[in-house]
Amino acid sequence: MELPPKVKNILLLNSEGKRVAVKYYSDDWPTNSAKEAFEKSVFTKTQKTNARTEVEVTALENNIVVYKFVQDLHFFVTGGEEENELILASVLEGLFDAVTLLLRGNVDKREALDNLDLIFLCFDEIIDGGIVLETDANVIAGKAGINSADPNAPLSEQTISQALATAREHLTRSLMK
Amino acid sequence: MAQPLVKKDDDHDDELEYSPFMGIEKGAVLQEARVFNDPQVDPRRCSQVITKLLYLLNQGESFTKVEATEVFFSVTKLFQSKDTGLRRMVYLIIKELSPSSDEVIIVTSSLMKDMNSKIDMYRANAIRVLCRIIDGTLLTQIERYLKQAIVDKNPVVSSAALVSGLHLLKTNPEIVKRWSNEVQEGIQSRSALVQFHALALLHQIRQNDRLAVSKLVGSLTRGSVRSPLAQCLLIRYTSQVIRDMANHGQSGERPFYEFLESCLRHKAEMVILEAARAITELDGVTSRELTPAITVLQLFLSSPRPVLRFAAVRTLNKVAMTHPMAVTNCNIDMESLISDQNRSIATLAITTLLKTGNESSVERLMKQITNFMSDIADEFKIVVVEAIRSLCVKFPLKYRSLMTFLSNILREEGGFEYKRAIVDSIVTIIRDIPDAKESGLLHLCEFIEDCEFTYLSTQILHFLGIEGPNTSDPSKYIRYIYNRVHLENATVRAAAVSTLAKFGFMVESLKPRITVLLKRCIYDSDDEVRDRATLYLSVLGGDGTVDTDKESKDFLFGSLDVPLVNMETSLKNYEPSEEAFDINSVPKEVKSQPLAEKKAQGKKPTGLGAPPAAPTSGFDGYEKLLSSIPEFTAFGKLFKSSLPVELTEAETEYAVDVVKHIFDSHVVFQYNCTNTIPEQLLERVNVIVDASEAEEFSEVTSKALNSLPYDSPGQAFVVFEKPAGVPAIGKFSNTLTFVVKEVDPSTGEAEDDGVEDEYQLEDLEVVAGDYMVKVGVSNFRNAWDSLDEEDERVDEYGLGQRDSLGEAVKAVIDLLGMQTCEGTETIPLNARSHTCLLSGVYIGNVKVLVRAQFGMDSSKDIAMKLTVRAEDVSVAEAIHEIVASG
Repeated sequence: MELPPKVKNILLLNSEGKRVAVKYYSDDWPTNSAKEAFEKSVFTKTQKTNARTEVEVTALENNIVVYKFVQDLHFFVTGGEEENELILASVLEGLFDAVTLLLRGNVDKREALDNLDLIFLCFDEIIDGGIVLETDANVIAGKAGINSADPNAPLSEQTISQALATAREHLTRSLMK
Repeated sequence: MAQPLVKKDDDHDDELEYSPFMGIEKGAVLQEARVFNDPQVDPRRCSQVITKLLYLLNQGESFTKVEATEVFFSVTKLFQSKDTGLRRMVYLIIKELSPSSDEVIIVTSSLMKDMNSKIDMYRANAIRVLCRIIDGTLLTQIERYLKQAIVDKNPVVSSAALVSGLHLLKTNPEIVKRWSNEVQEGIQSRSALVQFHALALLHQIRQNDRLAVSKLVGSLTRGSVRSPLAQCLLIRYTSQVIRDMANHGQSGERPFYEFLESCLRHKAEMVILEAARAITELDGVTSRELTPAITVLQLFLSSPRPVLRFAAVRTLNKVAMTHPMAVTNCNIDMESLISDQNRSIATLAITTLLKTGNESSVERLMKQITNFMSDIADEFKIVVVEAIRSLCVKFPLKYRSLMTFLSNILREEGGFEYKRAIVDSIVTIIRDIPDAKESGLLHLCEFIEDCEFTYLSTQILHFLGIEGPNTSDPSKYIRYIYNRVHLENATVRAAAVSTLAKFGFMVESLKPRITVLLKRCIYDSDDEVRDRATLYLSVLGGDGTVDTDKESKDFLFGSLDVPLVNMETSLKNYEPSEEAFDINSVPKEVKSQPLAEKKAQGKKPTGLGAPPAAPTSGFDGYEKLLSSIPEFTAFGKLFKSSLPVELTEAETEYAVDVVKHIFDSHVVFQYNCTNTIPEQLLERVNVIVDASEAEEFSEVTSKALNSLPYDSPGQAFVVFEKPAGVPAIGKFSNTLTFVVKEVDPSTGEAEDDGVEDEYQLEDLEVVAGDYMVKVGVSNFRNAWDSLDEEDERVDEYGLGQRDSLGEAVKAVIDLLGMQTCEGTETIPLNARSHTCLLSGVYIGNVKVLVRAQFGMDSSKDIAMKLTVRAEDVSVAEAIHEIVASG
């Protein structure tokens, strides 16, 4: 029997229910299409709720899902139906606050995609194979935040070629808009 | 084709929006990954490429074996870079690629170097990566470092090693078990999470040692566990220990309850919740034990945090199923949750209230629910409807407001499952509460006027045909039914025609008008509708001689008197031949197979040895078994097989039970024997039966069991002859005889010489109930009315003092061996009178119905009035004899 609290997945979806980043720790959804189906039903079920100030919660397919939304990002953490909701909520809050710290308060889809490496590292520091690794947002952000490739780092710390690359990127980005 | 086009447009819109991964393509990214091989590593660029690879994998893209290997090899080159950010990404991608064992070798040395690095972050992550990808042999090489890491002064490193230990325990338990000293040290750690991970691992290591777990829990519940997560874990382990102790018969004061109760005052809410839940889930929890847990949950109900409210109401909802009284204190808080923004919370609150509510609050509750129903999803509504149905059964006097509610929601929008739940509920209420019948039927009529579900329409029409003609004014339903013939599809039209015919037949005054309506239907465009109309017209046209009346009544209302499942099996086994299919050959026994199977599984917890020989239980199983024995084929058709009767005490050397198979002029006893001694092999197992107390029986033959090895059941048979068609009764004493041979447990070989021995079994009786087959009827009243009142036999019996009415009812049901109908086997608590309806088929294929009315006086003396109707008067008399002699 497995008694330690288990997280089945962490989902970060955009405002259309598409994946920004997801991580599964359970075999409940063996294929990619099963995963997508689950994401879709979670998204549809919670879409109309207001989870912007407090963490919200619902039950779905014998699972407990806690969730919180900000801008065009939807955060979800799923656990089994016997799981303690408050443990799941503490994982979600840890994730949410850590992401907020890492993205310097600008939490939206675009910023998340721009810093997807940080988001992946964040997931990695919160849960290891379904087991809660850390829930303190400061610690998580601290561990995930060591990133020399931060595109927003001051120019002086970059080499000339890197600076050029950054400039080129910024230019293309502004042209695309 | 419209759908994909729209979709494309959506995608197009997405592309207009900026994304760093716009138009990303696997092939191109794999090309880019060549940058890993550059002699001068560009950390920033490499990190970006890794992020792209991770993005692709995350979106559900998969790499082929070759692609994955190629990426993996080039990624390993990046270990030469000193850039910490890049190193983190390298760790991540290695975990995602999950390399095969021959590839792992390449990175092992790099990772081992990182495991001993001065940088904490490297050490922690290298451990997690390495433990994820290595196998047992490599693990022994790094075991030393892992043990060191567990006691590392940096909590991150320590946690990484402990969590890795938890994962490795599944694949290499013997290695991880050697770490318990270090893990023990971790429990004392000042870091909250290290404590949590150490506790989880230590418990997992010791989980099979009940005493050690109990000790661990005992020592920790006294000390102070700092981390809330660890405290939650400790509560889970504690409840497990409490359960184990209860299972092993330790009684008295519940141990550790005080600890759980003290956790209700913990400062972390997650611990309070965990403790409250643990208390509510204790086996046989008393209301005194429950009270403090309910109190904290009640506080949670008014928390501003939705998660807390949800957790509390979910727990209370479960408690309400078993201890509704304990939850009533929370009703006021619960009622305010009906308007909760979070619909999951509101639904849970409502269903809890419906479970705990009392009669006086029903109306107020219904008013609140009405406002709530319009804005929740179907799945929630179904839960509410089901709760209302059980409420209505609980408070029959309140049917009016509940019925109004159900009919209102029936009119609103909703999917099939939801509507079906409502219709089912109305039907249940109509059946259980006679007063509700007329209004309920009208609600259903209105519903089918505008019902998009064929299945529901036909079900309702069928139900109307049975119930409608018996109402005070049957004619008012005709319009609704006939409208269906005009407006609906063929399936519904056919069902409507059948229903019309039933009205015409049952209500003499309506017959001419129905005939006119049916005549119109013979021009229908559908075959089935026309056929039915023609058929019913000819049935109705018969000018009412008694004989045809009975036949057509059977035809219209008689339910198929065989269970459908049996009918299906028989039809499948039927091979087309000259001989027509005979419905009388279908066995009538109601199958209890699933139950028997469940029992069998429960009885066999040992996973040892070969699986037992195919379970031979259930009527089909018996019939197959008996017909496979040539000596028994001459006996004709099997009439009934009894449930197994135990002839030995539980846990004796040999377990024997017997099944009584009744044939027309024979009785076969099937002795199921099990040898429970591994060191013995039994041979020539036979049962010697003494029938001196069973005068009408004479032994014909017996069939011994040649060999009975350990734990693999076998059967011996003894056959008696008895007068044909007569329910002969008698008592038989049994002795098991056999030859015992010793078995060498190491080789499993038996010795050549055996010793003869015998074993006394308990007595066996053939009783009148053995001649009765449980056969249900779908509508008891119709079946009752169809039997001749002349053949009714009534008598009254005193059953003496009993503890409860239920006990008396059960005794009578068991004595007669009949099927209870319409749920009359359940008796409301504290009831003083009860009517039980029974049906069955007696030997000779005689249908028997029994109405047994029970009453209890103040001194708990129980009287019974037994009314029996049977197709044969002598059988009705026989039933009374059974009761009189029982």
